[in-house]
Amino acid sequence: MMKFNQEKPAITVHDLNLHYADKQALRNISLQIPEKKVTSFIGPSGCGKSTLLRCFNRMNDLIDCCQVRGEILIDEQNIYHKSVNVADLRRKVGMVFQQPNPFPKSIYENVAYALRLQGIRNRLILDEVVEKSLRSAALWNEVKDQLDANALSLSGGQQQRLVIARAIAIEPEILLLDEPASALDPISTLKIEELIYELKQTYSIIIVTHNMQQAGRVSDYTAFMHMGELIEFSDTSTLFTNPQERQTEDYITGRYG
Amino acid sequence: MTIFFKLRNWFGSGEPWVWLNAAAVSTSLLMVFGLLALIAYNGLGHFWPADLMEAELVDGEKKSVLIGEIRESETVLAQQIRDAGIHLPEDVQRVKRILLKQGNRDIYGLDFRWILDRDVVNKHYPENLLAIERREWGNLYGRLIGIKENGHTIQTDEPYKAMQSRLKKVIELHELAGDISGNEIDAINYRLETLRLKEKKLLLEDELRENVFLKKKQMLIEEERQSLNQRFIQLQSKVQKYYDKMASDSILIGIASGQIVEVPLEKIVQVTKPNAMDTLQKLSHYFHQIWVFVSEDPREANTEGGIFPAIFGTVLMVILMSIMVTPLGVITAIYLREYAAQGVLVKIIRIAVHNLAGVPSIVYGVFGLGFFVYFVGGSIDDLFYPEASPAPVFGTPGLLWASITLALLTLPVVIVTTEEGLSRIPSAIREGSLALGATKFETLRYIILPMASPAMITGLILAVARAAGEVAPLMLVGAVKLAPTLAVDSNYPFLHLDRKFMHLGFHIYDVGFQSPNVEAARPLVYATALLLVLVIIMLNLTAISVRNRLREKYKGLEY
Repeated sequence: MMKFNQEKPAITVHDLNLHYADKQALRNISLQIPEKKVTSFIGPSGCGKSTLLRCFNRMNDLIDCCQVRGEILIDEQNIYHKSVNVADLRRKVGMVFQQPNPFPKSIYENVAYALRLQGIRNRLILDEVVEKSLRSAALWNEVKDQLDANALSLSGGQQQRLVIARAIAIEPEILLLDEPASALDPISTLKIEELIYELKQTYSIIIVTHNMQQAGRVSDYTAFMHMGELIEFSDTSTLFTNPQERQTEDYITGRYG
Repeated sequence: MTIFFKLRNWFGSGEPWVWLNAAAVSTSLLMVFGLLALIAYNGLGHFWPADLMEAELVDGEKKSVLIGEIRESETVLAQQIRDAGIHLPEDVQRVKRILLKQGNRDIYGLDFRWILDRDVVNKHYPENLLAIERREWGNLYGRLIGIKENGHTIQTDEPYKAMQSRLKKVIELHELAGDISGNEIDAINYRLETLRLKEKKLLLEDELRENVFLKKKQMLIEEERQSLNQRFIQLQSKVQKYYDKMASDSILIGIASGQIVEVPLEKIVQVTKPNAMDTLQKLSHYFHQIWVFVSEDPREANTEGGIFPAIFGTVLMVILMSIMVTPLGVITAIYLREYAAQGVLVKIIRIAVHNLAGVPSIVYGVFGLGFFVYFVGGSIDDLFYPEASPAPVFGTPGLLWASITLALLTLPVVIVTTEEGLSRIPSAIREGSLALGATKFETLRYIILPMASPAMITGLILAVARAAGEVAPLMLVGAVKLAPTLAVDSNYPFLHLDRKFMHLGFHIYDVGFQSPNVEAARPLVYATALLLVLVIIMLNLTAISVRNRLREKYKGLEY
């Protein structure tokens, strides 16, 4: 198992195998993801990095023919155990998708959505959490005067930060980012990266990215995946400057992938 | 050669397609508006106060006087007239004939008559001719000769004015009497019938047991019945007094044939002098007539008066149908799209639903009659209304069964459009909600359903459009020629789903094709058709405005 003894793990993965019908998408994955750090998954398209990410909040459950074997421990609890409430798990493990997907509601209601689901009706609490989340997502100054405006009227970059605010409103422990900047322009990308840097004080962040420079800029640890296998996992500077595996070196130097 | 190349280029440019499309669209629009204009022209023209012509009809040596409205004139081949046994000179090729509404059906037997224009001489339009709209026997045309009160002719300088003021009082009395018999006496009758059923039910329940309270209950019922009967007699005598008062006045009218007819004022709806009206008066009379048409009950086998009960019945039936079909269709669609495993079974169900939309409506009518009316309704009667037997309560065609049958008929439309709406919602939105710890139900309830609501309303719009115009199944499950009472009234429980109702579509069929007086009915068919179209448009516009508001609210689906 690839792990870092000095860090407390946020997620521990043991022998994870995942099949889509008869196609195996993940092979014997084992790793420990450290707490309150940014970990990035890189690798060529179809290597299984997004699939692995979606295992952490069981989004793969939505796919009918998907089968998971092995275990994933979060807070010493196997999240694939029968007794686990998936909704509770997803509250603990927030997720932001590649395409900004705000609900067709007001900005305020987008952020307050998950709180309302928990039965919080008190306007004062909602106001406070909405403001705090939008501030944490570095969006407050841009939208504070138009909280009742439709979220879809925001630009793509703003929408993505709104979605991050929405995810952190319920204070998850872990934040999964699935190529959060790939649909955005360079300036919005920069803002998201700055935001990730801020957020790692509070959250354990896992980010899937195509962009190796981005992985190098934002992450403390990087995992390289290929054909459903975890090839190499180490701290970012080691992985980029001194890769142990041949495949990793080939990929980061642009020889394939 | 160059022309050929130019033509080929022109075809290549795609421009002919644009012209073709434009031509198709304009043809369609022309047809729709042409149809509406035709209906509107024929239907609305009926309410315009037509001039009354007085003329002499020459028939060989005989001469007779005619009074009436010219309804239509047309030119026909002379041979056609000769074939009908009417003599015409040899040199005549074509003749003009006119359709005269001469009224006075009780005296002449026919109120419409075709005459040859060449036989009519000395046409003129005297201002003192009266058009008298009566409660029975249609219009009467003639001149005012005198006014009678209790059988004695009274002298007055301005007989027309005196007649109008007396008529006004009589009509007020008539309305008062109508209010009493329409509301209070109806309510008493309804209450008496309820009491009768209650007593019968008591007897049925206690048939075998010896019940000490039975006698007491029966006595209470008897007491109430006595008091109701007393009230009934009081009201009856009050109404009778009004009728006696009304009966005192009558007018004498000299009609075209020279006879003098006495018409009691209580039999008259209104008296006008169409030839003396100026344009403004005619306009106000015109709109008054239209208002009467949409707001009053029909008279004279539906050929006179208004069609309010039919409008009311149509709208109520469509609303009830919407209330039933929308939840059912939406829930079915949600199950099929969101919950059911997408396997062969669901595919078959979906195909079946699509095919249901193509089943002819009369088949639904037969099914509704057999299943809903006789089976379900009959069972309800047996279980809950044994006291009413042998008269059926729900085991007979009625508003409820008509609405349910039409709900069934339009269900596929709602299911299909809702399903399409649900499938258009991007999965990213669902995932976004689920990733926040929402359950599937919460995602559905707070995100998916609001976003799919415009599609549901679209389904409803299509359902309303189809149901409001449907006639064939209604003939079997509840629409009637003449419903004595509306389905909504002031008697508990206010909405009477077991009652039969009038429907605009059925009304068109009935007035147009089952009426003994074809000429009188024809304009009404057009007017009713126009009204039916308007009602459907109104219902649709309501639904469309709701949908547009929802769309505005949940816009941004297109990503």
